Amino acid sequence: MVNPREAAAAVVDPEIRVITIDELGILRSVETDPATGRVVVTITPTYTGCPAMDVIRADVRRALAAAGHPDAEVRTVYSPAWSTDWISDSGRAKLSAAGIAPPAPVARPNVVPLTLAVRCPRCGSPETEQVSRFGSTACKALWRCRSCSEPFDHLKAL
Amino acid sequence: MSADLFDFVLGLGDDALIAAQRLGEWTSRAPEMEEDIALANIALDQLGAARLLLTYAGELEGAGRDEDALAYLRGDREFRNCLLVELPNGDFAVTMAKLFFLSAYQLPLYDALAGCGDERLAAIGAKARKESAYHLDHSSLWVRRLGDGTEESHRRMQEAVDQVWPYTHELFAADPAAPVDPAGLRAGFEATVEPVLTEATLTRPGDGFTPGGGRQGLHTEHLSFLLAEMQVLHRAHPGARW
Repeated sequence: MVNPREAAAAVVDPEIRVITIDELGILRSVETDPATGRVVVTITPTYTGCPAMDVIRADVRRALAAAGHPDAEVRTVYSPAWSTDWISDSGRAKLSAAGIAPPAPVARPNVVPLTLAVRCPRCGSPETEQVSRFGSTACKALWRCRSCSEPFDHLKAL
Repeated sequence: MSADLFDFVLGLGDDALIAAQRLGEWTSRAPEMEEDIALANIALDQLGAARLLLTYAGELEGAGRDEDALAYLRGDREFRNCLLVELPNGDFAVTMAKLFFLSAYQLPLYDALAGCGDERLAAIGAKARKESAYHLDHSSLWVRRLGDGTEESHRRMQEAVDQVWPYTHELFAADPAAPVDPAGLRAGFEATVEPVLTEATLTRPGDGFTPGGGRQGLHTEHLSFLLAEMQVLHRAHPGARW
């Protein structure tokens, strides 16, 4: 039997298929209920209306069934609310390699904000501009590079 | 207490649900592609909040109604949303005025809920406030752009603000038993809204006309038409699945 944590962590996000739900930070915990022996996976949505949640739940159950845990339970929690700060370094690198500019750290209250340029994931240029604050999925905005002229997605800091 | 809390949560859930339905009407009809995507995204956020709130309302009621039963199987008099969200979309300026005032109310509301004693509402508030901040940012940008734009855009944005403003009063009707009393949010709302109107060269309307009744189930004629469209499939084919 595959370790349930590893099985759940390997599930990829259905809308951004280069990154796993673990790297995206939406996999909160994988535990085994000591009384029943059932695996309980806890996930949290990026956005409240994220339409990928049903698919993610089904994919997690399927992955755990394949790993020898056919009765795994998937729970959804909303607190603490997901933040892009939970995206791992390997997740950020994969987003960038897939042409999606990763988010800057979320601004903290009482901290002087440092606005970093969004770098073009294709040519690395900081000469970029926002085209639209909303993009192809709830978590992305549409940007354009002024150096290489390519449009690209940017995962919004949340 | 539980019945009061049910009404409160139902009202907030209905606000988000009806706002989502109205914003969704813009899909494929917005003035430009980027705005089409933006409005659909905001509608989706509102729908997400509505689902969490209506699910919780159903549990508080304890009568076995889930989010779908509450959304699709109630008549207009049983809806508790504010009148603001059911008003027709009008032109783009009216839609932006509605969204601007709604998000300037929802943001401090969700923020206050995030710190309230009810664990479920606190979790929903902490989640939804992040999304409301984007809605407020987006709509205030358009209010400034249109208000401080051309003569025609200024005229239409001012008309929109004048038309929608009276409906903002209902949002802050006192409800001292609620986890967050909306009456306490009015000052913050005005502190958010007034500088944007000023920057947009728009005049803040007067406060004479204050329509209300939505929280008691007394709606404008527009809600019935909206519900007819939203509920028709579920009512024609109860329990249908695909």
